[in-house]
Amino acid sequence: MQLGLFLQWIIKSGILLAIMTGGFAYVTLYERKVLARIQVRIGPNRAGPLGILQPIADGIKLIFKEELIPARADKFIFILAPIITVFPALVITAVVPWGETMTLFGQQVPLGIAPDLNVGALYVMAIASISVYGITLAGWSSNNKYATLGGLRASAQMISYELALGLSFVPSIMLAKSMSLMDHVQMQAQMGMLKWWLYQPLGPAIFLIASIAEVNRAPFDMPEAEQELTAGYHTEYSGMKFALFFMAEYIKMIAVSMIAATLFFGGYLGPFVDRLPWLGPIYLFGKVIILLFGMIWLRATLPRIRYDRLMSFGWKILLPASLLNVFITAVLVVIFG
Amino acid sequence: MGAMQILFLLAAAAVLGAAILVVTSRNLVHAALWLIVALFGVAVVYVLLNAGFFAIVQVVIYIGAIAILFIFAVMLTRQIGGKDGGSQNHSTWWVAALLSLLLMVGIVWILSTWQGFATELPALANEKELISELGKSLVSTYLLPFELASVLLVAALIGAIYVSWEKSR
Amino acid sequence: MLNDYLPLMILFGLALALAAMVVALGHLFGPRRPTDRKSQPYESGMKPIGPGQRRMSVRFYLIAVLFILFDIEVVFFLPWAVVFRDLKIVGFIEMTVFILVLLVGFIYAWKKGALEWE
Repeated sequence: MQLGLFLQWIIKSGILLAIMTGGFAYVTLYERKVLARIQVRIGPNRAGPLGILQPIADGIKLIFKEELIPARADKFIFILAPIITVFPALVITAVVPWGETMTLFGQQVPLGIAPDLNVGALYVMAIASISVYGITLAGWSSNNKYATLGGLRASAQMISYELALGLSFVPSIMLAKSMSLMDHVQMQAQMGMLKWWLYQPLGPAIFLIASIAEVNRAPFDMPEAEQELTAGYHTEYSGMKFALFFMAEYIKMIAVSMIAATLFFGGYLGPFVDRLPWLGPIYLFGKVIILLFGMIWLRATLPRIRYDRLMSFGWKILLPASLLNVFITAVLVVIFG
Repeated sequence: MGAMQILFLLAAAAVLGAAILVVTSRNLVHAALWLIVALFGVAVVYVLLNAGFFAIVQVVIYIGAIAILFIFAVMLTRQIGGKDGGSQNHSTWWVAALLSLLLMVGIVWILSTWQGFATELPALANEKELISELGKSLVSTYLLPFELASVLLVAALIGAIYVSWEKSR
Repeated sequence: MLNDYLPLMILFGLALALAAMVVALGHLFGPRRPTDRKSQPYESGMKPIGPGQRRMSVRFYLIAVLFILFDIEVVFFLPWAVVFRDLKIVGFIEMTVFILVLLVGFIYAWKKGALEWE
């Protein structure tokens, strides 16, 4: 094993983690600004010009906050839970390609941690299914009624929508004849976006709904429905441990936007990207910003869904719809090849 | 000793250690968590065996679904915290020990006479072919087990609904 | 093969280290002055009644069982989907049989009300 390769992997992992944590800080600001504009307010504007230092001020404040651990809580799991909540969020985008393979310093550098992993789509499913644990355990270990209920609700909701999420990958896999996300993007370039969408008419909608439920964002933010559950699974968390839950939510927003962009909106593709490969990450970044705006807009617009409606929507509408979506793609592939 | 052997030994040690903690820890949720560590170690062993697909399936099915069911099942029980200080050994533990020993001797004996270690792996052009070969054999060679799997799944579904739902109403 | 997974392992290690570091930061710099009142579980300002962890409804267990079954179905879908463009109509019929059997179970669960939340 060459040292150069190891160094390359460590640097790329470092860059991914830096983008995710930095992105988290600024997505919070982005969300507050957009929400404020939608509600005809200005939003944070005191810390630095246009409020760009606000996330840093928030972070420093949280570091110096007292952290409480409730009496008779399971201390070990209580401290472990925020760590295993943020872990899947940080690593889920490892299989997303940021661009074509580039030659840097005489080395072939694939843009992404493992963009051509032969089980890429399945990897996303696997990491998404792990992310249930942190929330369930956080709720259970707090020894608090709201937290326990919130954690249970969250985990039941996430596993219900995970099925639709997994099934919405299937048409893309059928078309690209591969589970590698790199191949998905290249097949989109080959087929053209319109044809890609026509082959799986329900795909993007199912993926977006299921992924919003998966990251527990409004209007599916049942686990933290404040009027009935205070703050849900993180009721008892404070200081940096609370910050980790917050971080996980926003990083997951970025992650699902990246995956949605890769699966349905051409990923790193864009004009001239075949001649100038460094444009790839920029296009991907732009698409992520637009999708994030959509998610924030949804939060500002839609009221929260009732829990029973949420569960029966997942099982009775979304799951059959995603099976139907696979069926449509299968029929079209059989007819048109 | 190559890097592969070192990784294998680390993963195997992690699986064994976690498995021992599963049976010895008195808190049921902790036991379930150690089980997840053991299952993850098995996924690493799959990667070392060149079976990346099964490694990820191991995570999706065992860690992402079955272990969740375990945790839910644990939360259905009344006492999780394990306040009881009683012995964790059954009085006939030596029978189990004897049986495990016999089983281990049998496995070691079979493996020591097996010739398969000497045969080389069939060469495949690239990693992606592994998956398509798997897909093809699933719908040709192994078609019957594949279709029967869905019958098995439905049987499990009906059983689960009968046991946990019908009876509780 | 290992070349695909080692970068992932490195990323896993670094991500865990980062998360642990954040928790450690809070421990190092945050003040800790716990009192009896402060460490009571929050229950809207009232004294907590009974234990915080209740036995949960069997409904969640049932959802988890349903989830396992359909998760296995999705996993079966994936290798099939990779080769579907070569299999064409044969693969289509084979998967339809597989799904129809599962749909029987799904309809059974639906009719029995296992998908209802009151």
